[in-house]
Amino acid sequence: MSTHLKGRKVLLHDMCLRDGMHAKREQISVEQMVKVATALDDAGVPLIQVTHGAGMGGNSLQHGFALASNEEYLRAVCPLMKQAKVSVLLIPGLGTMRELHSAYDCGARSVHVATHCTEADTSPQHIAYARKLGMDTTGFLMMAHLNDPDGLAQQGKLMESYGAQTIYVTDSAGFMLPDDVKARVQALRSVLKPETEIGFHGHHNMGLGVWNSIAAIEAGASRIDGSVAGLGAGAGNTPLEAFLAVCDRLGIETGVDLFKLMDVAEDVIVPMMDHIVRVDRDSLTLGFAGVYSTFLLHAKRAAARFGVPARDILVELGRKKMIGGQEDMIEDTAMTMAKARGLL
Amino acid sequence: MTQKIKCALIGSGNIGTDLIYKIQRSPVLEPVWMVGIDPTSEGLERARAMGLKTTADGVDGLLPHVEADGIQIAFDATSAYVHAENSRKLNELGVLMIDLTPAAIGPLCVPPVNLREQAERAEMNVNMISCAGQATIPIVHAVSRIQGVGYAEIVASLASKSIGPGTRANLDEFTYTTSNAIEKVGGARKGKALAIINPAEPPMMMRNTIQCLCDEEPDQARITESVLAMMAEVQKYVPGYQLVNGPLFDGKRVAVFLQVAGLGDYLPTYAGNLDIMTAAACRTAEMFAHDMLAGKLQLKPTAPTAA
Repeated sequence: MSTHLKGRKVLLHDMCLRDGMHAKREQISVEQMVKVATALDDAGVPLIQVTHGAGMGGNSLQHGFALASNEEYLRAVCPLMKQAKVSVLLIPGLGTMRELHSAYDCGARSVHVATHCTEADTSPQHIAYARKLGMDTTGFLMMAHLNDPDGLAQQGKLMESYGAQTIYVTDSAGFMLPDDVKARVQALRSVLKPETEIGFHGHHNMGLGVWNSIAAIEAGASRIDGSVAGLGAGAGNTPLEAFLAVCDRLGIETGVDLFKLMDVAEDVIVPMMDHIVRVDRDSLTLGFAGVYSTFLLHAKRAAARFGVPARDILVELGRKKMIGGQEDMIEDTAMTMAKARGLL
Repeated sequence: MTQKIKCALIGSGNIGTDLIYKIQRSPVLEPVWMVGIDPTSEGLERARAMGLKTTADGVDGLLPHVEADGIQIAFDATSAYVHAENSRKLNELGVLMIDLTPAAIGPLCVPPVNLREQAERAEMNVNMISCAGQATIPIVHAVSRIQGVGYAEIVASLASKSIGPGTRANLDEFTYTTSNAIEKVGGARKGKALAIINPAEPPMMMRNTIQCLCDEEPDQARITESVLAMMAEVQKYVPGYQLVNGPLFDGKRVAVFLQVAGLGDYLPTYAGNLDIMTAAACRTAEMFAHDMLAGKLQLKPTAPTAA
């Protein structure tokens, strides 16, 4: 790679205490949250997301019940941060403004307001409300591979018009290749105001988290989501310490201490994992078939109950164009497939 | 020709337009006025083509005609923010208001669960909750009438093309109103509603998943029987209301997976969400209309209040 990125400033946003909740079936304790967040803060990570995996309002049969409420997690973590800002996730239709306000009262100061990549117009109330609270506000366009670059740019423009200060290309399925990422970031850059930032949130399902993030930066992104040791849904998010090492080599400035981040990954996160989060048969299927990464563990549970292989269920969900939030359709699809195969 | 109760429709979007078809088929209701706010709107034009009188001046444009045209029932398909004023103005003229917004200032109505009670109490404002509420609350009730439900959660997946701008901009109101109705009408001690808007092409049928956590081990046979009986009740006014999977029993959890196909009146059949809302509103109005035509119910104007 060339040195054309030398001196570029990029803001790292860690996801292991939010996206990582998916990989932990929402079972991260308040004590573990505090331990991880303080270690990340000490390593200089500027933004740390802390909530249920599905964000505000996430505690549900659909998305699992966490060990503590979002408020309990935030109240424990936020006051301990020396430099990091704590962020939350809000998906309209699941979370509400009341819950966002409550998170703000607990110390959250940044929010990803997330919609499917074609449904930005479900977010105007929430984005405007986040801005009114004075929060750093991001419009987070999920499953971005399901919209073409120009279409995605128009959705980003809508979110910008509601007040979003950053627009994210969110590769929820870990489906995109570097050129797909570049095309979408460039399309956004060409329509957004110069002061509006662009972010990229990757999943490592095809092993491209780091490369895709660099491609996003080359095309003009200035914020990158990742998670230490990749603790996140599917094969995890962009592994933040690996990404940081690449940034350091390229001269991209992040302000984060690489060795400290490596230590958090090795000494704190990996021992917490229930399974080693990595590219395997099922998580690779997510990336290959373009399926929402969070579906992975749900599909494995349905597979165990109904006797239909997880990979078959995931491919069928991809074919039926199910999107984030439709976790109920995993059990439904598994039952329908089991009936067709004479298993139920 | 048999006598019909004359109706006004407020709001010329997806819901208001679909209502015209439903009311035109009713043996006891007749759509007379369509109220909009944009003279160039497609909805008003369509209403005119379907033989309705129209105004683009909001409810105030309708008020002078209420008495002369004998309007007795109004359907409000605008937004939660303007509904209270619309209702106040029309109630003062003795017009019964069927509220299809999430405003929910009147009692919450799910026809197979509690419609009879609303008509008997001669309510002047009845709220239809939400499309997801109409599709799922009957099932929550079907479980809770058998045994205690501590928590009920519903997920509604809706085709992007079936969701108009009003609903999109007010998802929080949808969430609050539906969650509350799962408790108040469904009979769960705690309720939660989730909505997903899916843009797949071709558009997906409306899907609903209802999950209840029972206090005790579920009585599988009785709950299954109750759910199937309730489905038959809803199918009387929404024929495309179908069980896809379940009831599934998993510990204390009961899960029911439904699909709702519409009649394809205004929007194609995938928009079951539109149909279940308009069909429920129409059925509600018909119950009141029957009583009115039979002389059992006389609507009384409410006392004027300060705006």
